Amino acid sequence: MAQTTHPPGTGGHAASGGEGGSRRDFLYLATAAAGVVGAASAAWPFIDSLNPAADTLALASIDVDLAPVAVGQAITVTWRGKPVFVRHRTAEEIESAKTVNLGDLRDPVADDARVKKPEWLIVIGICTHLGCVPLGQKVTDPRGDYGGWFCPCHGSHYDTAGRIRKGPAPANLVLPTYAFTGDTKIRLG
Amino acid sequence: MAQVQATKFKNPVVNWIDSRLPIFTMLDHEYNHYPMPRNVNYLWAFGAIAGIMLMIMIATGLFLAMQYSSHTSLAFDSVERIMRDVNYGWLIRYVHANGASMFFIAVYIHMFRALYYGSYKAPREILWILGVIIFLVMMGTAFMGYVLPWGQMSFWGATVITNLFSAFPIVGDPIVTLLWGGFSVDNPTLNRFFALHFLLPFVLLGLVILHTAALHVCGSNNPLGIDAKGPQDTVPFNPYVTVKDGFAVVIFLIVYAAFVFFMPNYMGHPDNYIPANPLVTPAHIVPEWYFLPFYAMLRAIPDKLGGVLAMFGSIALLAFLPWLDRSKVRSCKFRPVYRQFFWILAIDALILGYAGSQPAEGSWLLIARVGTFYYFFHFLVLLPVLGKLERTRPLPNSISESVLKGGGGIAAGAHAKPMEKA
Repeated sequence: MAQTTHPPGTGGHAASGGEGGSRRDFLYLATAAAGVVGAASAAWPFIDSLNPAADTLALASIDVDLAPVAVGQAITVTWRGKPVFVRHRTAEEIESAKTVNLGDLRDPVADDARVKKPEWLIVIGICTHLGCVPLGQKVTDPRGDYGGWFCPCHGSHYDTAGRIRKGPAPANLVLPTYAFTGDTKIRLG
Repeated sequence: MAQVQATKFKNPVVNWIDSRLPIFTMLDHEYNHYPMPRNVNYLWAFGAIAGIMLMIMIATGLFLAMQYSSHTSLAFDSVERIMRDVNYGWLIRYVHANGASMFFIAVYIHMFRALYYGSYKAPREILWILGVIIFLVMMGTAFMGYVLPWGQMSFWGATVITNLFSAFPIVGDPIVTLLWGGFSVDNPTLNRFFALHFLLPFVLLGLVILHTAALHVCGSNNPLGIDAKGPQDTVPFNPYVTVKDGFAVVIFLIVYAAFVFFMPNYMGHPDNYIPANPLVTPAHIVPEWYFLPFYAMLRAIPDKLGGVLAMFGSIALLAFLPWLDRSKVRSCKFRPVYRQFFWILAIDALILGYAGSQPAEGSWLLIARVGTFYYFFHFLVLLPVLGKLERTRPLPNSISESVLKGGGGIAAGAHAKPMEKA
């Protein structure tokens, strides 16, 4: 009926009894539901287009040859747009990482749980505080009080297992997903 | 009117906002109660359809722009990346590319509807001129969008169209250099075209708002071309026209989707999948179909400047239409002679379009010349003369008298009989 097209107060509800009203309500609800489903399915391709594209995903894993990295050296490789620190640790560095009392740590994890082979420490080189890249990859860099890395932004100190020891960062340097594909070859991702 | 006071909304939040910023009153007034002539037919839906197309183009364009690189060395590959790698990139690009064609289809139907029913006549002259400006800006936007994929048609289309300006004496060459930002169509050209292609749709949106505002001053025309004289001649916009327009939009979108999903490249040109090469021109270059009639006019005139003037003139001419057509009667229904010429003009436009797609030689050139001549003859000679000589049919007294058989007229009240379809 035409009455419902008018603003409230135009009156004329005589014809629309309970039956007519519920039928109209059903039509309104059904239309609205179909509209919502349609709008959502139209919106999804747009939203999903913002997710990583196929070429981005194809670059999500990389192979790195560690053979040229001598003991005490470190390299930085780019993986998924982030720096990954690979450090060939010296015996002293491994020793100092292992002998730490876990109770002293802010984010207590044993050294064994942070490496697959003790001589290779592989961590994502992004400070867990606010995302800066810590210093310490070069021998000449400041490595903080614990011989690992030092973040110049807000002064976080990491040890030789990449664990947070001092400063504002809440957690250890994150471990990337990786596997050894050979003695000195790794695949990140 | 007291109407503004009377409009109270159930929702207290809406009321609170509305008493401070009356947007809900405005929307209610313009899209709820707004009186539409009760006899408008489905051709009146194409304004709404064109509006929907603009929104679709802006939405898809925004997401394409997030993936596109406007550098000559990256543009083509970035478009192919959208097609192959970006999630649903193929869909968004095809919706956008076919959307341009569908937008023009909607606008051309909208324009021919205005021509047939005399919607450009007083008091709707500014409404019509705004429409012509919208059409021009649309053409510029579409042209620059077609350049962005940086294929062969993009490059040579850009070269040909920008070279149009070189036809003007003295200022021509400096203008072309300015457009290019160099000595040929190159990276600076592509960059500025991308920037403008992003900007112009929002200019269009502003123009569309003005177009709608001008429309709502005097209301919509209708197939009879006579003014609505009161509530018995109109129905409220909502739900009558919202539902009718909505239905038309759905049908239109089905056709649109058929192109997108089943023949997405039908309205494009295969040469645009060849990367731009400034050293080789494709053997046969044509613009997108929606420019073909104007392209035919450009080539029909055997003089560089003349051709360019004819092409621009054919559009500029439309802005003067309200004064070229001297007849006081709007609708073709009551203009038996003009109606014949209207259809001849429509066929002429189609023939020009086809001629524009053919090589400019032999009989097609001759046909394009005759078509171009007729186009100008129609607007510059026929319309003014017909306005004086044509004997029009008598106009009905009112919309309701003509539409409601049995003279339901005044007493029944327009709103009580909603389902009478004109």
